Amino acid sequence: MTTTTVPVGRAAPLSTGAPAGSTLWRQAQVLARRSLIKTWRTPEALIDVTLQPVIFLALFTYVFGGAIAGGSQEDYLQFLLPGLLGQTIAMASVALGQNLNADIEKGVFDRFRSLPIGRSAPLIGAVLADVVRYVILFVVMIAVGTVMGFDPASWGGVLASLLLAVGFALCFGWISVYVGMVVRTPGAVQGIMFALIFPLAFGSNVFVATETMPGWLQAFVEVNPISHLVGAVRGLMMGGPVAGDLGWTLVSMVGLLVVFMPLAVRAYRRRA
Amino acid sequence: MTNAIEAEGLTKRFGDTSALAGVDLAAREGTVLGVLGPNGAGKTTAVRVLATLLRPDSGTARVAGHDVLADPAAVRARIGLTGQYASVDEDLTGTQNLLLIGQLLGLRTGEARARAAELLDWFDLAEAAGRIAKNYSGGMRRRLDLAASLVGRPSVIFLDEPTTGLDPAKREEMWEVVRRVVADGATVLLTTQYLEEADALADEITVIDRGRVIAHDTPDGLKHRIGGQRVRIRPADPARTDDVRRLLGELTRTVPELGPRGELTSRVDDDSLLPELVGRLRAGGIPVSELSLHLPSLDEVFLTLTGRGTDTTEEAA
Repeated sequence: MTTTTVPVGRAAPLSTGAPAGSTLWRQAQVLARRSLIKTWRTPEALIDVTLQPVIFLALFTYVFGGAIAGGSQEDYLQFLLPGLLGQTIAMASVALGQNLNADIEKGVFDRFRSLPIGRSAPLIGAVLADVVRYVILFVVMIAVGTVMGFDPASWGGVLASLLLAVGFALCFGWISVYVGMVVRTPGAVQGIMFALIFPLAFGSNVFVATETMPGWLQAFVEVNPISHLVGAVRGLMMGGPVAGDLGWTLVSMVGLLVVFMPLAVRAYRRRA
Repeated sequence: MTNAIEAEGLTKRFGDTSALAGVDLAAREGTVLGVLGPNGAGKTTAVRVLATLLRPDSGTARVAGHDVLADPAAVRARIGLTGQYASVDEDLTGTQNLLLIGQLLGLRTGEARARAAELLDWFDLAEAAGRIAKNYSGGMRRRLDLAASLVGRPSVIFLDEPTTGLDPAKREEMWEVVRRVVADGATVLLTTQYLEEADALADEITVIDRGRVIAHDTPDGLKHRIGGQRVRIRPADPARTDDVRRLLGELTRTVPELGPRGELTSRVDDDSLLPELVGRLRAGGIPVSELSLHLPSLDEVFLTLTGRGTDTTEEAA
C-alpha cells in the first residue's frame, strides 16, 4: 500500500440512481464500449461475421448456383447475396445471447446490478455494441461478393440496405438477449437460437424463389420476417419493388422490439 | 449510534431449500459485522438480499437508511459489493475495470481516470494497471474487486468471503486493507468461514447455520462462550506424553485430547496460562516439537454451539 489516500466515505454518494432517459443512454454507451474492448481483444470472436458468411457465400454460389439458376453461377450470386445477408445477420445475433449468458455466469453482472444504474443498461449496451459486428459482416459480404462478380443496380440502395439490415439486427437481437437471460449455459443459447434461426433462414426466399415451394411452405415464407427483410434488401440493391417488403420489415422490427425487449429486461431482473 | 445495516426476519426459499429461515442482522455505523457460517448456511443469500440483488420471500431490511425493497436505487447508490467470486471483468485491464464503474456512476472521464488511478495506487496495483485482469494473481484479483466496489465512495460495503482461497500471507494483506477501509468510516458486512478472520476484523459476529442465527456476540464474548483458545503440545519424545497430559490437565483443569500425531489439545480461558505452561515444561525437562495457541476451528465452534459439526452442503445460490 503506497499511499494513505482516503478510499471511501469522504464525499456524498456520487450518483442518485433513478436514471432519466439520457442517463440510461449514456450508461448503455459506456457498457457498449466495454463489449467493444472485449471484441478487440478477441478478434476470433468475429469469425461468425467474417469468415463464416464468406464460406456460405462461396459454397452456395459455386456448389448450388449452377443447379439452381439454370447454369449461371453469376446470376445466382445476384439473387443469393442479398438473401444471405438476411440469414447471416440473424445467425450473428446468437453470439449476443451467449456473451450475456457468460457474463451472468461469471458474476460480472452482479456488480452491474449492485450499481445505481438503469436495470436495462447492460442489455442495451450489449445490443448497441453489436452494431459494429453487423456493419463488419455487411462490408465483408459486399466486398467479397463484388470480387466474385456481384453487381448491384444501385450503390445508394446498398447503403440503404445496410441501414435496414443493421436496424433489423438490432431488433432481432433481443430474441437472443431474451434466450440468453432464461437458459443456463451459453451452449444452450446457441442450441435454441439455431433451432429457431434455421427454419427462418431456409424457410424463406433466401436461397430459392418462393414460387418453387409447396403451398403450405409458401404460407410460412410469406409471414417470415426474414423473407420480407430479404425482399426489401433485394429490391434496394438490385432494383424492383421495395415498398411492400420494407413496410412489413419495419412492422416486424417494431414487433420484435416491443415483445422481446421487455421480456428480456424482465427475465434479467428476475434472474437470481 | 444508528444501524447502517438492519434486517429482520429475512426468509428466502429456493425450491425445497430454505436458504434463509428468519435471519436478523444489525451493524452499527462505522463497524464491521462478521457473518460466520459454513458453506450453505445462507451467508451469500443474505448478502444478495441486502445488496438488492435478490428479493426476500419475507422480512424487512434497511441499508444506509433505505429500505431494500421500497427504495433499492437509493440503497445501490450507497453500497459497494465484493462477491464471493471476484466479479471484475477478466477481459479488461485493472484501469479499464475501474474506469467502467466510474463512468457508469456518472463521473466525467477525467474524474473517473483520477479515481481509478487513486484506487489502483492505494491497492498496490499501479504497476499492474495496464494488464488484463485474467493474468492477475488471486490476491491481486481480490484487491481489484474490492477497489471496484469502492469507486463510488460507498458508506456500506459487503465483502462476501473476501479471503476464501487466498494463502495465509495474502489473507493478512487483505485484512489490512479491510481495516483501513473501516478506519475511513465505512460500515462493513463481512462473511467468512473462519473464526480467526471474524475475530481479526469484526466488532460483532453473527453466527448463522442452515439459514438461522445461532449466536450473536462480540468476538470476545463468542470466544468465551466456546471456551476461548486451544493450546496444542506435541512432546518430542512420545514416552513423555503422559507427563505432558498430566501437566496440561492440572494447569487447564481439563482432560486433554490426544490427537492422531501424538499431540495433546486443551481449551484455555486464561491468557497467563501459556507462560506458566512453558515454565513447567522447562522445569520438567520435557522437549516439545510443537507448541501452539489457536482459535477453535469453525467445526469446533459449531460443535460447541449446536452440539454437532458443520454440514458440508452446497451454498444455496
